[in-house]
Amino acid sequence: MIKDLGKWVDDRLPVSRFWNAHLAKYYVPHNFNFWYFFGSLLLVVFVLQIVTGIWLTMSYKPSAEDAFTSVEYIMRDVEWGWLLRYLHSTGASFFFIAVYLHIFRGMMYGSYKKPRELVWIFGVLILLVLMAEAFMGYLLPWGQMSYWGAQVIISLFSSVPVIGPDLALWIRGDYVVSDATLNRFFALHVIALPLVLLFLIGGHIMALHEVGSNNPDGIDIKEKKDNRGKPVDGIPFHPYYTVKDLFALGVFMFLFAIVVFYWPEGGGLFLEHPNFIPADPLQTPEHIAPVWYFAPHYAILRAVPDKFLGVVAMVVAILILFVLPWLDRNRTRSIRYRSTAFKVNLFLFAAAFVGLGYLGTQPATGLATLAAQTLSAVYFGFFIALYFISRRERTKPVPERLT
Amino acid sequence: MMRFTFFMIVIGLLVAPNAKAASSDVPLEDAQVDLGDKAALYRGAQTFMDSCASCHGAKMMRFGRIGEDLGLSEEQLAKLMPTELSKPGDVIETNMPADYAEETFGVAPPDLTLTARALGADWIYTYLISFYEDPETPWGVNNAVFPLVGMPHVLASEQGLKQPVYEENGDDKELVGLEPPERPGSMSEEDFEAKMRDLTAFMVYMAEPAALKRHQYGPYVLAFLFIFTLVMYLLKKEYWRDIKH
Repeated sequence: MIKDLGKWVDDRLPVSRFWNAHLAKYYVPHNFNFWYFFGSLLLVVFVLQIVTGIWLTMSYKPSAEDAFTSVEYIMRDVEWGWLLRYLHSTGASFFFIAVYLHIFRGMMYGSYKKPRELVWIFGVLILLVLMAEAFMGYLLPWGQMSYWGAQVIISLFSSVPVIGPDLALWIRGDYVVSDATLNRFFALHVIALPLVLLFLIGGHIMALHEVGSNNPDGIDIKEKKDNRGKPVDGIPFHPYYTVKDLFALGVFMFLFAIVVFYWPEGGGLFLEHPNFIPADPLQTPEHIAPVWYFAPHYAILRAVPDKFLGVVAMVVAILILFVLPWLDRNRTRSIRYRSTAFKVNLFLFAAAFVGLGYLGTQPATGLATLAAQTLSAVYFGFFIALYFISRRERTKPVPERLT
Repeated sequence: MMRFTFFMIVIGLLVAPNAKAASSDVPLEDAQVDLGDKAALYRGAQTFMDSCASCHGAKMMRFGRIGEDLGLSEEQLAKLMPTELSKPGDVIETNMPADYAEETFGVAPPDLTLTARALGADWIYTYLISFYEDPETPWGVNNAVFPLVGMPHVLASEQGLKQPVYEENGDDKELVGLEPPERPGSMSEEDFEAKMRDLTAFMVYMAEPAALKRHQYGPYVLAFLFIFTLVMYLLKKEYWRDIKH
């Protein structure tokens, strides 16, 4: 009976074909390591944000008058509201932790290289939209940091030559961040950007499954197939990686739960202390710091003395990722078989990113600015150095089969 | 009287740069908050209602929630509430009109529901015990943690007035420490500090009543996730037995 129903549906909708193409008969290398957990984890966090977001929307009031109080109402009077809110706020931070590690994985193992350029481009687009999504979501609690953070970032647009001030006005819908801004950010945060994210994530996964997953050795498993046409070094994603990823999910959720139940403010990084003071357009906080996941980009912005050029540097710092597949001219994918110069370059890049992240949360004193300038140079230097290092790089021989 | 107060506040603002220089970074004392000590939270709540709530509101805190979370009897809860007409659903509201408050203090006393989350327990505790005598300010008192704070030392009769120790620094004077009051208050130093610890604990609770729930459910959630992860690990091992690598 059930089987008949299944066949009936299958004749009309390609359910089992989809299941096979993306899970049961999607062959992936058997040597995925720690770094390969974050793709599926990100998918889970995305769903978590959508679901908790829907329930938060049921009690949140997007108006300058009520927003702050309605968040506290969720924290106090809504059944399990505190849990929903902490899951959502912690989810935002964990989203970025996983995204940054996921991107770094791609850079280590050359996952951006032919034939996965489109996978990579979809990924960078996801990063961009995710940043916009997080930025707009951060305004909604309408605390002091929400307000002044948005004020600072939107005012950056006014430094664009000629159209700047009008552009900033158009984004805010007012001369200062106000009720109008809050309302449109709410609309974009809960509907527009999540929809865009959904499509981009779909494109990311479709493009990936078309060419197949890379692996820590950077070898194409499709080149060695057995007589039934299956890659000899490949195993079906389901059940092997579904169970493995479920284990990873357990570890991830354990850490997640520690934060939600015992450390929801994340030491002032996940929920900033001044954000427990309602937005006050007449009182600028002493020190405006972005949330930690924007701190590296904010540090780059402040490192450049000219405001407009600073904005350009900050934007380029992200956009330059789009051309990474063409900046790296070496065919060898994995860091395992690349030169010491490449390894040092990548390590410096990662260290600069972390260092900039720290500096972005600190006040810009003379010494800190100098450090931020140095690290910004290292950040951009990575891409320039990569272009030249990869030209005639001495790589180690790549094995034929997975190690 | 109003005029005089306003005048004194203006004077206060004029001397502000001096006092600002005197602020520097006062090391904060450890508030040692224990949210599990319900009796302490109740004592803190009483202090809050007796000494803070006439000027400061806490508009996001309901009396009923306090009673529920601290396990109070109806009489205990009734003792906290300002009038016999108060209902458990009421929030802590000040009965001081905002415009009157603004005229008297220069600024309306801020709502205190979330102050502990904005400034931290240690800040509040140190602030509460760091008032000192300063004839140059409108109220005759100043605070080492919050220089030129706009409020009087409400509990001066209990603590007494601590005496400042200044260090001459050119034209400025720098506050370097506080000495015990010349005329002791009605409470001993230890008793007063204990009372302020209880008050701080209540304010920490008030800023996030959900903290009690978090701590209540946390262990079960973590225990479940631990077992889940363990089972998934064994399942993974079982499935991967036939994969050689």
